[in-house]
Amino acid sequence: MQSPLPIYPEQASNFAPHVDALLIFITGICLLFGAIITTAIVFCFFKYHRKEAGAVGIVTYEDPLVEVAWIVAPLILAMVMFAWGAIVYVDYRNAPRDTLDIYVVGKQWMWKAQQPNGLKEINELHVPVGRDIRLILASEDVIHDFFVPAFRVKMDVVPGHYNTMWFRPTKPGRYHFFCSQYCGTNHAVMGGWVTVMEPTDYAAWLSGVSGGEANPVAAGEKLFAEKSCVTCHLANGTGRAPSLNGLYGGQVLLADGSTVTADDAYIRESILQANAKIVARYQPLMPNYQGQLTEEQIFALIAYIKSLQSQPVPATGSGIAPVSEKK
Amino acid sequence: MNNTPPTPSYEPPRDHYLISAGGHIRSWLLTTDHKRIALLYLISVTVFFFIGGVFATMIRIHLLTPDGVLVTPETYNKLFTMHGVAMIFFFLIPSIPAVLGNFLIPMMIGAKDLAFPKINLLSWYIYLIGGSFVLYSFSTGGLDTGWTFYTPLSSIYSNSAVTPAVLGIFINGFSSILTGLNFIVTIHTMRAPGMTWFRLPLFVWSHYATSLVMILGTPVVAITLLLAGLERMFHLGFFNPAMGGDPILFQHLFWFYSHPAVYIMVLPAMGVVSEIIPTFARKPIFGYSFIAASSIAIAVIGFLVWAHHMFVTGESTYAALTFSFLSYLVAIPSAVKVFNWTATLYKGSISWDAPMLYALGFIGLFTIGGLTGLFLACLGLDIHIHDTYFVIAHFHYIMVGGAVMGYVGGLHYWWPKITGRLYPEALSHFAAIVLFLGFNLTFFPQFILGYLGMPRRYHSYPPEFQVLNVLSTAGASILALGYLLPMAYLSWSMRYGKVAGPNPWPATGLEWKTDSPPPTENFHVTPVVDWEPYDYRNRPDLGLAAGAPLAPAHSDD
Amino acid sequence: MRRGVLFNATFSEAKQEQGVHRTGELYGQFQTLDQQKESATFGMWIFLVTEVLFFGGMFLTYTINRHEYFTAFGIGSNTLDITLGTVNTIVLIMSSFTMAMAVWSAETGKKKLVPLFLILTLGLGCVFLGIKFVEYKQKFEHHLIPGRNFAITYRSSHPAPGDDPKEIALEKEEVEKAFASDPDANSHAQLYFSLYFAMTGLHALHMIVGAGLIVWLIKASLRGRFTPQYNTPVEIVGLYWHFVDIVWIYLFPLLYLIDRHR
Repeated sequence: MQSPLPIYPEQASNFAPHVDALLIFITGICLLFGAIITTAIVFCFFKYHRKEAGAVGIVTYEDPLVEVAWIVAPLILAMVMFAWGAIVYVDYRNAPRDTLDIYVVGKQWMWKAQQPNGLKEINELHVPVGRDIRLILASEDVIHDFFVPAFRVKMDVVPGHYNTMWFRPTKPGRYHFFCSQYCGTNHAVMGGWVTVMEPTDYAAWLSGVSGGEANPVAAGEKLFAEKSCVTCHLANGTGRAPSLNGLYGGQVLLADGSTVTADDAYIRESILQANAKIVARYQPLMPNYQGQLTEEQIFALIAYIKSLQSQPVPATGSGIAPVSEKK
Repeated sequence: MNNTPPTPSYEPPRDHYLISAGGHIRSWLLTTDHKRIALLYLISVTVFFFIGGVFATMIRIHLLTPDGVLVTPETYNKLFTMHGVAMIFFFLIPSIPAVLGNFLIPMMIGAKDLAFPKINLLSWYIYLIGGSFVLYSFSTGGLDTGWTFYTPLSSIYSNSAVTPAVLGIFINGFSSILTGLNFIVTIHTMRAPGMTWFRLPLFVWSHYATSLVMILGTPVVAITLLLAGLERMFHLGFFNPAMGGDPILFQHLFWFYSHPAVYIMVLPAMGVVSEIIPTFARKPIFGYSFIAASSIAIAVIGFLVWAHHMFVTGESTYAALTFSFLSYLVAIPSAVKVFNWTATLYKGSISWDAPMLYALGFIGLFTIGGLTGLFLACLGLDIHIHDTYFVIAHFHYIMVGGAVMGYVGGLHYWWPKITGRLYPEALSHFAAIVLFLGFNLTFFPQFILGYLGMPRRYHSYPPEFQVLNVLSTAGASILALGYLLPMAYLSWSMRYGKVAGPNPWPATGLEWKTDSPPPTENFHVTPVVDWEPYDYRNRPDLGLAAGAPLAPAHSDD
Repeated sequence: MRRGVLFNATFSEAKQEQGVHRTGELYGQFQTLDQQKESATFGMWIFLVTEVLFFGGMFLTYTINRHEYFTAFGIGSNTLDITLGTVNTIVLIMSSFTMAMAVWSAETGKKKLVPLFLILTLGLGCVFLGIKFVEYKQKFEHHLIPGRNFAITYRSSHPAPGDDPKEIALEKEEVEKAFASDPDANSHAQLYFSLYFAMTGLHALHMIVGAGLIVWLIKASLRGRFTPQYNTPVEIVGLYWHFVDIVWIYLFPLLYLIDRHR
């Protein structure tokens, strides 16, 4: 697959060319500086080699302008590096809209991924080429880190809250992913392969393999009933708790007057610590599910709540702020 | 020595600090003489360097093949953790300050001792107690958390002897704090008449900056590790998400010290280089006040960059932008130093003695280390190279290429002062070159490995990384030779080396105005300083032919 | 080794510098008594800076968690005995006053008063530690020591005979309210008590060290060692004592007073 002494990992995502360009830019500047310093030192080392035992050097008078020059010049270059790096980073930390969301759980010492249709993979991840992929990362024990060198992206997987990362694969193929935050004994083997497929292959693969697998939406719906969520979160918004129809991705008006985007992290928090953010016009009645659900069950619940997206928003009492109210 | 004047053969002084209090073991263990305490530190940090070095060797041997050749994954994890703990907390942090700083700071400022000699001895004992705890941990179950002790791995999931190790580092912190406190007070109150702030050798300035970091940073990591230890012992929840704690808070508190700690390691080495370069170029250092100020700037800005270790923890984008910006700022004072050292060489009278080779080696390796820091401070690039071998290579260039090169160079430079004897010359040149080449061969391939995506702390790796790993291991064997050689010939020279005389180079500092080895009270009479630092022109006492003002030494300008 | 005066070491023979009026000891590494005194005082200030950062790590941990789990920390805070806390604060402020008086006596040469004020300071310090011990004991009885048996509900569900029923009822109501909004309140209250014991424990440890230093000062002052020319040990131990006092001045509102409504 690769030459025995590769210098570059493959470029297989939208970030790879940007990161590599940054690398080349900074390497260029560093080589320039390194060359200047090395030349100067080597030149002086030989040119001014002491030839008489008692010789002393010639005092060169300091010019403050020289000092200012070599403070300011590197500073300007450093600011360019900073700004360019910041642009790439901000892009990376802000996922675009309409991503394909895949849930990834890290635990000592394996990765579990769950495709949108509920297909579960272990130490494998299949994604379509050309599509914006967002990974929602959770850990069941210690801190891990999901790292795909060919995509030039990584993100820590921290127990207790969700991190997200995104990328757009640009080249079909199979690429390593690693755990790159040290997590205990088998840290080094906690990795696997990302398979980037043509969209049609991906669709075929999804439908082909997923036959026997439980659909997360179905699993979530079952949990929703089992855990009695359904008794309060009535679909028409007349229950003791807000309706969850069309909740995902919208703005929620809270009791304290602020609004919050109903993303994965918000829903997760609302399940685990029910009263952290109270929806406006509702009482804090919901029990807390901290410690009672596995990370995968939470994913299933979120998947179910997401699936309620398509249903129409009821006119009253849902606690979802209309867009006009937001302003 | 190349072309130094035909030195008269000296007799060692009849009485000096090594013999005046007697050679009895008690006279060493209860000494309050800063020079003897420095030697006690020299022996103990060398022991830890050796322990850490053995672990490093085993790591490199293990990584010869993709599946690892030597040890189980569990043992491998213990090896790199114990390597890091031994090297960072018990070798690099105390090495230059507690050995060379202890020995030289009072002499450089013309004092008889540090301000608090008993506290100085106490800090060595605290170091020993902390070290014993850590060795106890190493020998009873080892330690497999990584030297960073990230929770909840260290506080809950690890099955190794974390508690004694954490306590050992906690205790050792006070050794560091007391050393820093002692230096700051000494530099403020114990300077000889005429030794104004801007006549202080740059070595003293850099130790002043180092001490600031020691007293401001160390207590924070001490309390943090104590809390992590308590969490482990009593199942508390400070940093455990399952009990409401926050593991990211641990990282913030840990790096608040541990990033500045890098400057504890490298600032003193910069001080050493700032002494060696003017001595062996025989001219005043270029930009004295800029080098002094840059030390303080590094210490201050160094406290404001810690979260650049956490760009991919999910910290807020604004925090990441701020810390990236500040990390670029802290690069500037280091660059200023490198430029000024280089400018000092211009029109100097450069000798090729071993300390100079080490100092130039330092500049080379530190420059690479510093420049690769620019890659890591760059937010977009850091996403890719964070926690890979790129980071390993980067900080080894700073901490081994920089700090250890400075330490070994400093040992050579002041060896005649410490022991009264010169080391064998040809061997020392050879060792300096072996060290430089071995180092580059070991660590340069790791930059490439890192960019290719090999994560750190891996006991096995995909086969495409093998060639570079083998190169690195080959380099490590050369590097090991480069360290063993000076250890051997320096020890040899203590007994058999040529007697050095008070000022063999000659150098301008106050420490060279007394016997080698110095008497217990350092100076026979309290010195009075009436010259500017590194001034060769107005120092007829140095006995150089061209001591007259502005006389060109050779006519090639 | 002679009477080891804090921070100073004795060289085999201290150089007798002429022209220095001296009644104390000049140690070999110093040229003058002034230099010696300046070094010792400055050293103590630096040490206190270190101490600020030492406590600072815990204060930060506390603040962040207090913000995160306001309710649970609130009920934890409300179980503390405000009366004992207030008395302790007053005791400690008084001890700072007597310590200041001891320093003043030493500086103005009132040799007899020095040990008197030092003994008073020591006594007040011991009263503080005694009261702290009583508080710890209460927490133990109420199952508020972090660990397996920790239960923030214990006291309100197992009232002791002497307890005021009204207060117990209030506490019960409050705990229930906290659980309604934070079902994990027990674990978060445990976090509060972990920090409470870590912070007050570390503070108490500093008090014990300070008490030891004062015992040593009392012995020296009874021999009349401290004079207007030589009183550095009293002064720097005084600095340390005031620092420990100030730490408590921050601990008291943070741990006892925020969100207190009983």
